[in-house]
Amino acid sequence: MAEQKPPAVPAKRVQPEAVEAWDHPRVVELKEKFAESVLSAVIYAGELTCTVDAGQLTDLCSHLKTSGFTYLVDLIGIHYPEAERPFTVAYLLHNMNTQDRIRLKVEVSESEAVPTVTGIWKTAGWLEREAYDLLGIQFDGHPDLRRILTWEGFNGHPLRKDFPLRGIDTGAAVYEDRYPDGGGPVMKEAPAPPAAKSPAKEGD
Amino acid sequence: MFDIQELELNMGPQHPATHGVLRLVLKIDGERIISVDPHIGYLHRGTEKLFENQSYQANIPHTDRMDYVAAATNNQAYVGAVEKLLGIEVPERAMFIRIILAELQRIASHIVWLGTHALDLGALTPFFYGFREREMILDLFEEYCGARLTLNCMRIGGLPCDVPEGWLDRVREFVELFPEKLQDYHNLLTENRIWKLRTVDVGVISPEEAIDWGLTGPPLRGSGVQWDVRRALPYEVYDRLDFEIPIGNNGDTYDRYLVRMEEMRQSNRILEQCLKLIPEGDIIAKGVKIIKPKPAEVYFSVEAPKGELGFSIVSDGSDKPYRVKVRPPCFVNLQAIETLCKGHLIADVVAVIGTLDIVLGEIDR
Repeated sequence: MAEQKPPAVPAKRVQPEAVEAWDHPRVVELKEKFAESVLSAVIYAGELTCTVDAGQLTDLCSHLKTSGFTYLVDLIGIHYPEAERPFTVAYLLHNMNTQDRIRLKVEVSESEAVPTVTGIWKTAGWLEREAYDLLGIQFDGHPDLRRILTWEGFNGHPLRKDFPLRGIDTGAAVYEDRYPDGGGPVMKEAPAPPAAKSPAKEGD
Repeated sequence: MFDIQELELNMGPQHPATHGVLRLVLKIDGERIISVDPHIGYLHRGTEKLFENQSYQANIPHTDRMDYVAAATNNQAYVGAVEKLLGIEVPERAMFIRIILAELQRIASHIVWLGTHALDLGALTPFFYGFREREMILDLFEEYCGARLTLNCMRIGGLPCDVPEGWLDRVREFVELFPEKLQDYHNLLTENRIWKLRTVDVGVISPEEAIDWGLTGPPLRGSGVQWDVRRALPYEVYDRLDFEIPIGNNGDTYDRYLVRMEEMRQSNRILEQCLKLIPEGDIIAKGVKIIKPKPAEVYFSVEAPKGELGFSIVSDGSDKPYRVKVRPPCFVNLQAIETLCKGHLIADVVAVIGTLDIVLGEIDR
């Protein structure tokens, strides 16, 4: 390779723009096969993201798996407390033959459950367990939905925005009256100071 | 007549062969495994929650502590994700030095794997031989960024500083020395009868199942799928470097061992090429001070020594990320442990844990 000076770094870096992607072939195909399932399609920094309807998720995923997206890269849960449907689950899929990636997002409210994709990709087992544990998103049909990173009996979902960073009282503390939170001296009160030699200005 | 009963055996979180705080609840029939249920979370530190509360630059040291054996690739993945989010171009010299750090880290991580895997199966010598070379690599890291293990050696847009005087010559010394040492490790284990009896046909997984379980890295390549993030989705300057991706035939532990040994040799080759091709130039992109990206989300992954390590970053317009999700390769690889261990003996569980090369810091975050 010829060694040349690298091009001058531009003075202002430009954050890429998100571009609507309705004419992307993959989006067109999904819209044809599954009417009204694709709610939005965006390309940002070279990645295609489609928001889809939760009810048709398993059909879409099976179709994508048979068309080559055999590798489920990641399953990301996000909590938007102000949105109408606060929980978003993003599925990142990869096609091993063409090295294409696609991100599918579904949005659900607190009481709705997302259909599980463990029947389609076995990877989803633990990834869904993690989303359930840390965010409280229910997955319908998961064979073994229990907590994975926190312990059984933990009350709360740590990655929710209303869960405080410093943690909550999990009921795991013992001997709270003797050893309060945060450590500290073991004695209940400080020992009396040694008697002063000449009281001088103090009262009798 | 006697009833056949299953015994539930706890391979507890405190165990010398589980490579960290991993608890495996084994259901066994005699000595044959019926099922394996991993219980993790003993090292969960809430890294993803902490990411949301600190600025983008301040999060880089957090990433070191996830896979603490291979910190440089963790840094590279996080910093690469932020650069992708913001559209920052990293200067070429910085990219080459990043690759040198990442490949040195890959060799160091594989040496730890080799030492501990062999140690679990009873071979004590590779540990001592390997750590002699690892000391050389850690000394190089210490000269560069001050730390041996939790490097914090990359910044958004490039690197914190240029390499010290003579550092590249010392890397060259290491590169010239390493191949014969690698041959020493091969001489200890590769044709060793005991090693082969312990690892051939243990933990076999077919390529289709491996992709379905989401395995990446040497567990996937040991089954014959020639897929590596450096080739499939090239980042930095890997598309200019010439290296091969080793694969195995049978998908057993012995094949994964051979794949990792060959990867060390290929990393050495990459280092040689980088030392020849590295240009002069800037070390960090200009103008990256306060990072306040507008709302967007990206995913960026690198080939960590353990597999595909990826970061999904969702930003919301403030100077702290809204959500950072790590795709830890060891977490996804560990899920397949039941498939790999079914029907084997308890002693083979130890071999499988070693071959998956897990680091609990990354699994639990």
